[in-house]
Parts: sequence; structure tokens; C-alpha cells
Amino acid sequence: MRFFSNLLKSSWRSIQRNKTRSLLTSLGIIIGVSAVIIMVAIGQGAQRSIEEQIASLGTNMIIVFPGVATTGSVRMGGGTYVRFTEDDVKKLKEEATLVNGISAIVRTSGQIIGGGSNWFTSVLGVSPDYIEIREWPVEEGEFFSERDVVSKAKVAVLGKTVADELFPDGNAVGERIRIRNLPFKVIGVLSEKGQDSRGFDQDDLVLVPYTTALYRLKGGRYIDTIILSAISQDQIDAAQEEIRAILRESHRLQDWQEDDFRIRTQTEIIERATETSKVLTLLLASIAAVSLIVGGIGIMNIMLVSVTERTREIGIRMSVGARSSDILIQFLSEAIVLSLIGGIIGILISFLAVFLMNRFTSLTPIINPGIVLISFLFAAAVGVFFGFYPARKAANLNPIEALRYE
Amino acid sequence: MTEVIKMERITKVYQMGEVKVHALRGVDLSVRKGEFVSIMGPSGSGKSTLMNLIGCLDTPTSGEYFLEGENVNTLSNKELADIRNKKIGFVFQNYNLLPRTTALENVELPLIYDRTGRIKNPRKAAKEALERVGLADRMHHVPNQLSGGEQQRVAIARAIVNNPAIILADEPTGNLDSVSSLDIMSVFQALNREGITIILVTHEKDIALYTKRIVRIRDGKIVKEINVNEPRDAIKDLEELKKGLALEEEIEMQEEELL
Repeated sequence: MRFFSNLLKSSWRSIQRNKTRSLLTSLGIIIGVSAVIIMVAIGQGAQRSIEEQIASLGTNMIIVFPGVATTGSVRMGGGTYVRFTEDDVKKLKEEATLVNGISAIVRTSGQIIGGGSNWFTSVLGVSPDYIEIREWPVEEGEFFSERDVVSKAKVAVLGKTVADELFPDGNAVGERIRIRNLPFKVIGVLSEKGQDSRGFDQDDLVLVPYTTALYRLKGGRYIDTIILSAISQDQIDAAQEEIRAILRESHRLQDWQEDDFRIRTQTEIIERATETSKVLTLLLASIAAVSLIVGGIGIMNIMLVSVTERTREIGIRMSVGARSSDILIQFLSEAIVLSLIGGIIGILISFLAVFLMNRFTSLTPIINPGIVLISFLFAAAVGVFFGFYPARKAANLNPIEALRYE
Repeated sequence: MTEVIKMERITKVYQMGEVKVHALRGVDLSVRKGEFVSIMGPSGSGKSTLMNLIGCLDTPTSGEYFLEGENVNTLSNKELADIRNKKIGFVFQNYNLLPRTTALENVELPLIYDRTGRIKNPRKAAKEALERVGLADRMHHVPNQLSGGEQQRVAIARAIVNNPAIILADEPTGNLDSVSSLDIMSVFQALNREGITIILVTHEKDIALYTKRIVRIRDGKIVKEINVNEPRDAIKDLEELKKGLALEEEIEMQEEELL
């Protein structure tokens, strides 16, 4: 124990004797460690905010898109989208057991006139379940009912942005508006949802019953998308399979035929969206890790100089009874102490940098304790690895020659 | 009296490229406990090689070397290091103190490598060693702040701190003026009076006169051993030197008589 504490003490002393040089030597490690931690923190912060934005779409949501029709093995390409009909929606509603809500979505857009003003926006035809699936409550008024869907009622629920544009003084509920010159009654206003992951304003829309959109505004019979919500998060995969089976039956697909629709779940979307930032984080972290290795080479360099410079000292120590292993351990521990000091300073700097970024920039980096530990251990490993060669060189010196060294 | 050092037919051959250099050609030497021996010889005579062998910094090519009865010429480097730590105290011409390190820490250095645990309190032992060489008031000075003579005293303190069997001094006065040289010799004489065995390598005849036995070496062989019946007293000479008395004549006469 005394041996160990002496070792630490003498390493510390010889580092102190050359404060400036020791600091410069550690600089590589300091930069490396703090760069790794900061890069990973920024990457994970970005990932987290993407996840949060996507989760704002509704966590248990499953989206069914129309796919490409296949005739035999001939895939017909993008122009031959098979779209969904009302029958598909009905069948899903009747047969699916693992879903709570289901909503058809019919997309269109148009000029909205009302409140002495007008506004061009997208108009979404949806089912009454829509607001539950999207976890998007109505702020004022109410949402339309199944009866409105059946009767193709001319009622509309405004997104927050549209309500603010047309009725800046509030009180949109009960007002009359015209969508593509067709009169609608405003029965509700949605709460504010904010931007989506691509920066689009989600509140810039008008919701109407999907039948109204289909037959009165669009004049078609195809539904663009169907969204559903699974009964719980862990039933998402099962629900997805159930939906697939029902839709294949509804589309009379044979076993050998591919799906003519695509099902996407929220988890998949989150995974896809965060994949890029994960790759980017990894890339940044590996570049930072390279700087750690460069820092290690710096330590080796200085330790080699130090061994030459202290040849006489090594000779003295050997003459008073230091074994080769004592010299090896001494120089190795100096290298390790140097890199650990670098590691600690690097961690402190990265904490400070992350704090300042959270405070003064729009970045929201998150410090990962695992990465802090790993980069610290990596710094220690760099010390051992790059300290070994110079230390062995010192230990293999011949005491007689070392004592005579000028 | 017991023999501290017993060397029999020691040879040392260095291979310098293709040429073999016979540094020692069969040296027999024995040193008893409490002796104060000086080894003299011109450069190239093999005295440094002999010194390195006695100090266990090197091993002989052939021959036997017993240090306190222990055969040391078959030991590994690791065992040699331990022997140096336990039994030998070195004093060098250029002091060889660690720079930017206080006298006290320099003296403590051998105790860092002590694995026997025989010295319980290294700091106290180091202080006592410094007191013995008369440097109690300079403990916390670093080598830069000390005179050459004081630095050499620190080196002597370092050599005695681990209670070695012998002190090996390699030209200890080589870098010192005559006053400091006498001063250092007085320290050695005092330590010798306490019973410490000292071997001193020098090429200065007048320094050898302060030891009890002179061993002359030439071309790798011991050519002459002279017992000094009345070694000069360094303290007395120092006082006379300070008074401005010329000792040279007297010393020269003694040299001629002996050598």
C-alpha cells in the first residue's frame, strides 16, 4: 500500500515539475474526451427531440397507405395506386379486434372564406375517431359524430392556425364558412399541436366528415389513407397483422400476391427518423475517438522525450535499488495519471459545454453517463497503451550507461 | 574481522564490436568490515569496471564475488537491484541528486524501493541520515540551492540511509575544491569511525592519504596494496588549510614515502 501511494505521489510530483508540458500533453486527451461526450450528447439530444415530435402524432397509431397493384409478377408502378374504399373502412371497423379507433382520411385542399377573410389550407376528411387516434383534443366546441358522417353533414372543425387567421377575435364556433364555395358550419376548434418533424404547421388544416369530403368536395370514391390506433402499445404488432389479414381478404388477394397496401406503425416511423441521427452521432463520436488516439500518441511522444531527458534520474533510481519493473511502473503510471487527468478535465469541460448549449442555444444535448464512463476508461486505456513503449524503454536502460548519460 | 567483500580471480571482458576488451584480468580483493579502502589507478586501468562490479551494477565474466558471504555473481538483474538497495550506498563524482527535489526526498529515495520493510519510518530515517552528515538545517533545500560540498553531503546521507554493508564512493571529491574535498573526507572519516565500511575510487593521491589502505590497479590487475599506517586527519588538515598553512610539502613527502 505504501508502495502504491509512493508511486502515485512520485508520478504526481514529476507531472507537477513540468506543469505546462503536462497540460499540453493532456490537451489531446482533454479534447478527445470532451469531443466524444459533447458529440454524443448533441446527437442524442437531436434524437430525443425527433422522437418527441413523432410521438406527438399519437403513440399507438398505425397508418395504412395504398400500395402498388401487382398483376401477376408485373408491378404496375406508382400510377396504379390501389386506393381504399368505404368498404375497407367498414370491414376493418367490423372485424378488427385489436384496434380502438379507425379513421378514413380523405385529403383535399381549398380556399376557405369566412369571418371577412380567406385562407388557403388543406382540408382533411376524417372519421369521428380521428381526434382520439391522434390524441388531439378539441379546444372549443365539439367534434362531429358518426351521424354527421352518415349524413355527409356540412360541418367543419378548424385547426388552431386557420381559426386564428379567419377569426382573430376568437368565437369561431357557430360561425359560417365556405369551403370551395360550399357553406359549412364551424362546430369546433382543435387545440394547438405545433410543428411536425419536418417543420410543417400541423394546425393549418380544416377537418370535415370524410364522406362530406369524398362526395361533396372531391367527387371521388377513394379514401387516401386509413389510420387506426392499437388498443395498447404492446399490441401494435398483433394489430398490424390483423389489419393486414382483413385488408388482404377485402382486396381478394391470393396467397401468391403481394400486399397492395403498406402498413406503418409509429415505432417504425420513429426508428426511421432517428436512424439518420444515430448514424450521424456514431460518425461524430468516431471522429472524436480518433482525436483521443491522436492524444495518446502525443502522450507517447512526450513520455519518450521524458525518458531521454530523465535517463540520469533512471540511472540514479536503479543504483539505489529500483528494479526494472519499478521504473516500468513509474513511467507507466505517469502516462496513466496524465491521461486520467486529461480525462477528468475533458469530462468537466464537456459538462460545462453541454450546460452552456442547453442554456444559450436551440440545441438540447443530453449527457449519456455510459459514454462519460466509456470515454474515461478509453482515456485510461490510451494511457496504458501509449505509455507502455516509453516505460519499457526506460526500464530496459542499463544502469551504468544511464548514470553516465549527459 | 569478517570479510564484507571477497573477490576471487574476477575477470570482465567487454565485447566492443569485433574487439574483446579485457577490463579486468583476474582481480583478488577482500575488504573487511570497518575498513576504509581507496582504489587508485589511471584512466583505463579498470577501476570503474571494478567499482561497477563491487556495486552490483554489473556481473563479472568469470570469478567469484561474495558480498557479506553471499555469492552475487549469479544473480538476476532483479536480485542485483534488491542487493543494491539493501547492501550498497553509492556516492558519485557529480552527486547525482534528483533535480528540483528536496534534500530530504533525495535521501528518502532508496527507502521507496525497500521491500524488506526493515525501516519503519522512512522520513525519520532520512532526517537522521541528514543529521549525521551535518545538514539538518538544509533538509528542505533543493540541489540548486546547495553548494557542491553540501550536495555531496546529501548524496552521502542517501548512501547511508539504508544501513548498507559498504559505501562505494566514485571520485567523490572530483568536482570539489580543496576545502570542500577535505570537508567531504572528514565526513567519510567520521562515518568510518562509526564502523561503516567505505571503498573510495580516486586518482588524487592526496585524497587517498586519508584512507586506511590504498589499492593500486593497472591494466585490469591489482599491482600494489599499501597499508596507510597513519592516515591524515581531514578535520585537522582542514583547520590548518583555513589558517593558510601550506600542507602541500608535507603531503608530497608522505606520498613519496608511501607510493
